[in-house]
Amino acid sequence: MHRRLEPHAACGSADRRTSWTYPRKLLTLPPPPLRPPTPTRSPDADQKRAARGATRPGDRVFLGLSRGSGIFLLVIMAAIAVFLTYRSVIAISKDESNFLTTLEWNPTAAEPSFGIAVLVYGTIVSSIIAMVIAVPIAVGIALFITHYAPRKLGGPLSYVIDLLAAVPSIVYGLWGALVLAPQLIGLYGWLDDYFGWTGILDWQGGAPRSLFTVGVLLAIMILPIITSVSREVFRQAPQMHQEAALALGATRWEVIRMSVLPFGRSGVISASMLGLGRALGETMAVATVLSPSFEINASLLDPGGGTFAQNIASKFSEASEMGRDALIASGLVLFVITLLVNGAARMIIARRAEYSGANA
Amino acid sequence: MSQITDAPRRSSLQGATLPKWTPWAIAAGSVALGLGISAAAGLDSKIQWGLMAAVFFVIASYGVAARVEGPRQAKDRVATSLVWVAFLLAVVPLVSLIWVTVKRGVKVLDGYFLTHSMGLITDTEPGGGIYHAILGTLEQVAIATVISVPIGVLTAIYLVEYGRGRLAKAVTFFVDVMTGIPSIVAGLFVLSFWIIILDMGYSGFAGSMALTILMLPVIVRSTEEMLKLVPNELREASLALGVPKWRTIMKVVLPTSIGGITTGVMLAIARITGETAPVLLLVWGSSFINTNPFEDPQASLPMYIYLQYANSGGSGAAYDRAWAAALTLIAFVMILNLAARGIARWKAPKTGR
Repeated sequence: MHRRLEPHAACGSADRRTSWTYPRKLLTLPPPPLRPPTPTRSPDADQKRAARGATRPGDRVFLGLSRGSGIFLLVIMAAIAVFLTYRSVIAISKDESNFLTTLEWNPTAAEPSFGIAVLVYGTIVSSIIAMVIAVPIAVGIALFITHYAPRKLGGPLSYVIDLLAAVPSIVYGLWGALVLAPQLIGLYGWLDDYFGWTGILDWQGGAPRSLFTVGVLLAIMILPIITSVSREVFRQAPQMHQEAALALGATRWEVIRMSVLPFGRSGVISASMLGLGRALGETMAVATVLSPSFEINASLLDPGGGTFAQNIASKFSEASEMGRDALIASGLVLFVITLLVNGAARMIIARRAEYSGANA
Repeated sequence: MSQITDAPRRSSLQGATLPKWTPWAIAAGSVALGLGISAAAGLDSKIQWGLMAAVFFVIASYGVAARVEGPRQAKDRVATSLVWVAFLLAVVPLVSLIWVTVKRGVKVLDGYFLTHSMGLITDTEPGGGIYHAILGTLEQVAIATVISVPIGVLTAIYLVEYGRGRLAKAVTFFVDVMTGIPSIVAGLFVLSFWIIILDMGYSGFAGSMALTILMLPVIVRSTEEMLKLVPNELREASLALGVPKWRTIMKVVLPTSIGGITTGVMLAIARITGETAPVLLLVWGSSFINTNPFEDPQASLPMYIYLQYANSGGSGAAYDRAWAAALTLIAFVMILNLAARGIARWKAPKTGR
């Protein structure tokens, strides 16, 4: 780059002006015409050299360092997959029963037998409850901030919600176990009275430390993230469409239904999937609230069940070497599930690049 | 006379409208109704009358509006009341969380609590403190920050200043994916290779490595956004003066965006400070003061909260300590957040500097 710029300084003003016709490319792809093409090198090689951008020792070192960091990140991701898979294979090969369908967790027995059926059920059920509660409410809050709240209230409110996303999950767990769970007893009684006949909402009267409570707590925890992404999307809904709808006599709800929601649909979907990813991997809040057992209850209100992350956290301290490998195997399944969910969310976001979920 | 002519003229241009105070009146009425029913039926839970009041509010606003204003206006009012109800439903638990933590946390939070460890006290006795946990958290977070900031910032520089082609695309994608890794999986990874395969002991450093994995993508993303905001003219001016690219980045691009990068780093620190799961797997926990993060188990603030809760045996003293530690943790995280946002506003990159 240095060599290229030097003849420049000696050039007349006319030449300098021509050099500025490529301001965008100057950053990374300096225009070839500036340098007299050397006959020995093909223009192709020239381009490659320019794209590398490293023509001096300092540049080369710096490029190496920064590219190295990027590669390091990829290596970490690969290492996570490789090491988890390695330990999981060891564990699963010793498993005497089917890893996917077994309803017990007994990796330390003489004939190790453990399976993830209960964990899959618990994780999915609690996440579904969380999503069913959180998504409509989060969309409501996002609409409230962008379209309903008085302007003076909207700004501080979104600020507060962003702050709440930073509250550590263990604090949510403590609050959920000591404050939320006792408050839910009355609601449980109701659900049992009116919907107990469904079987799903049947309640034997135990402590409300069940998958349903976990779902409610997870919903509260993922509200801030879904809200903040949806809010950004709704805020970008085209003003002209909304004003046109208003001018045609639409009510506020009709404006939102016809111009804001269709615009924000994919944003809300990806926000929900980000929230889902968080709910799937949540550990401490579940571990503090749930009273786990290794069985599948049809009823959501009776204590019992477990999730991947909760099982790892609560079984870990007593686990032997084999037990740890078994937990790692279940962690690998969780890793793959969250990878799929997050990858899908990112793809939906990437399709509409205006709002990257960068800070989400 | 004028009254008689007034009424038909208004209705011919604009349908009948409810007065402005209607929503408030309906809200007050439904809260009163909810409270009345729950008092009459002897329901003890606040959630029940709250939900009842919310349902009454929505139904009543539909009914009243449908009678007076017509179906379209009624739908609009229902949507408005639903949005308000959603807002209140969400605000109540979040406010309750902060309120309870502060109220129960200040009970034992004092100078003694912050400067003593749990060394001589069992979990069910009153007394003790969180000095060892604060120390552990600060050391682990500091190590994680020292490792991940250079790597994260360099990666972001690569993506913004150099990155073209397949490698950059792959890095971008996996940074996105990495943001979503559950913290416990990061913990399991370090467990499997550092503790099981390399056979190192549980230590603060092992926890820091897991925290690094969680911190890296956050730093990369925020730094990337900040570098993209630096106007191209600055880079071009510097390059045109014959400054090599790496010095352009170090002397022009980074200083311009340093405020935003600092903000991103502080937000990332705030995020990992509250991580419990990897610390639980890798640092193991200790009730004694251990100042060496590279050897032997340490304590950490979020893990302290969990252990106090889990080992309390229902004792009030342990719960009090857990709440006080939670208050300390929230205060730390919130202060970091507020400071970060303050810096972001104060040092926002100005175009045309």
